[in-house]
Amino acid sequence: MRPRFAVGEAVAVRFAEPPGHIRTPFYIRGRSGVVERICGAFANPEELAYGRPGKPEEPLYRVRFELPEVWPDYDGPTRDTVDIEIYEHWLEKADTDV
Amino acid sequence: MSEDHSHSHPHADPAGPDEPAMLTDYQLMEGAVRELLVEKGILTHAAIREAVEAMDARTPAQGARVVARAWVDPAYKARLLENGTAACEELGISMGPTHLVVVENTPEVHNVIVCTLCSCYPRMLLGLPPDWYKSKPYRSRVVREPRAVLHEFGTEIADNVTVRVHDSTADMRYLVLPRRPAGTDVLDEAALAALITRDSLIGVALPRTP
Repeated sequence: MRPRFAVGEAVAVRFAEPPGHIRTPFYIRGRSGVVERICGAFANPEELAYGRPGKPEEPLYRVRFELPEVWPDYDGPTRDTVDIEIYEHWLEKADTDV
Repeated sequence: MSEDHSHSHPHADPAGPDEPAMLTDYQLMEGAVRELLVEKGILTHAAIREAVEAMDARTPAQGARVVARAWVDPAYKARLLENGTAACEELGISMGPTHLVVVENTPEVHNVIVCTLCSCYPRMLLGLPPDWYKSKPYRSRVVREPRAVLHEFGTEIADNVTVRVHDSTADMRYLVLPRRPAGTDVLDEAALAALITRDSLIGVALPRTP
């Protein structure tokens, strides 16, 4: 699968609450960040967790979020960030530039 | 608090045998699956013991060796940042299926590692994670108020330095490449490795100074 997003591109994490084994932390759903790197293609852990093959493999990204975007009341320097690995099916194009 | 400890509720005695009633469902399931695998000849008890022993034998000295090499060899450091897994294999460290991302501390950036979902940790380089790394307070707070957590570890990061938290949520594992302390120009690689602590490789502390 060709990665849909490029390094440096602004992306948003979908807000969804599906049941089951999810590797997208709740605190980052609905937040926007920038693709830091593309890690390669990996089997989908949401399928692997239930003994299914998780194929086709899908792109995994490291997305960088500014902490004040994640926590509106963050009181540290605004440049502080959290980088999180997110599978492509959780990402969409961000509405606006971050 | 009363000195009398003769009340009747059961305490887990760390030196005593496991109480069957205290085993969790997962512990019971693990035991059942393990015995089935042995019974069917897929695994042996000795193989399981050896795997546990190999796991327990890994220590942060592996990670320290990697960082010390990066401190003395700029070309190695570049390879380590480019492809952490391959650079560790180069030093004879077997990484198995681990994809290692090495994040470098600089005068502008301080990195710290967490796994908010569970306890993912670069075990091939650091051995088993410390209990606090697996604790809910560390996992929930370090992404929420990293500077307060670092302060509680005795690590002060200046406001003009960016704190970068790395949440290992999926297939990558992380190692911090700390900055080489000042005044270490005369030290050889082994002496440098002795300055590099486990906590400095997770990012909650800085290396020792000589």
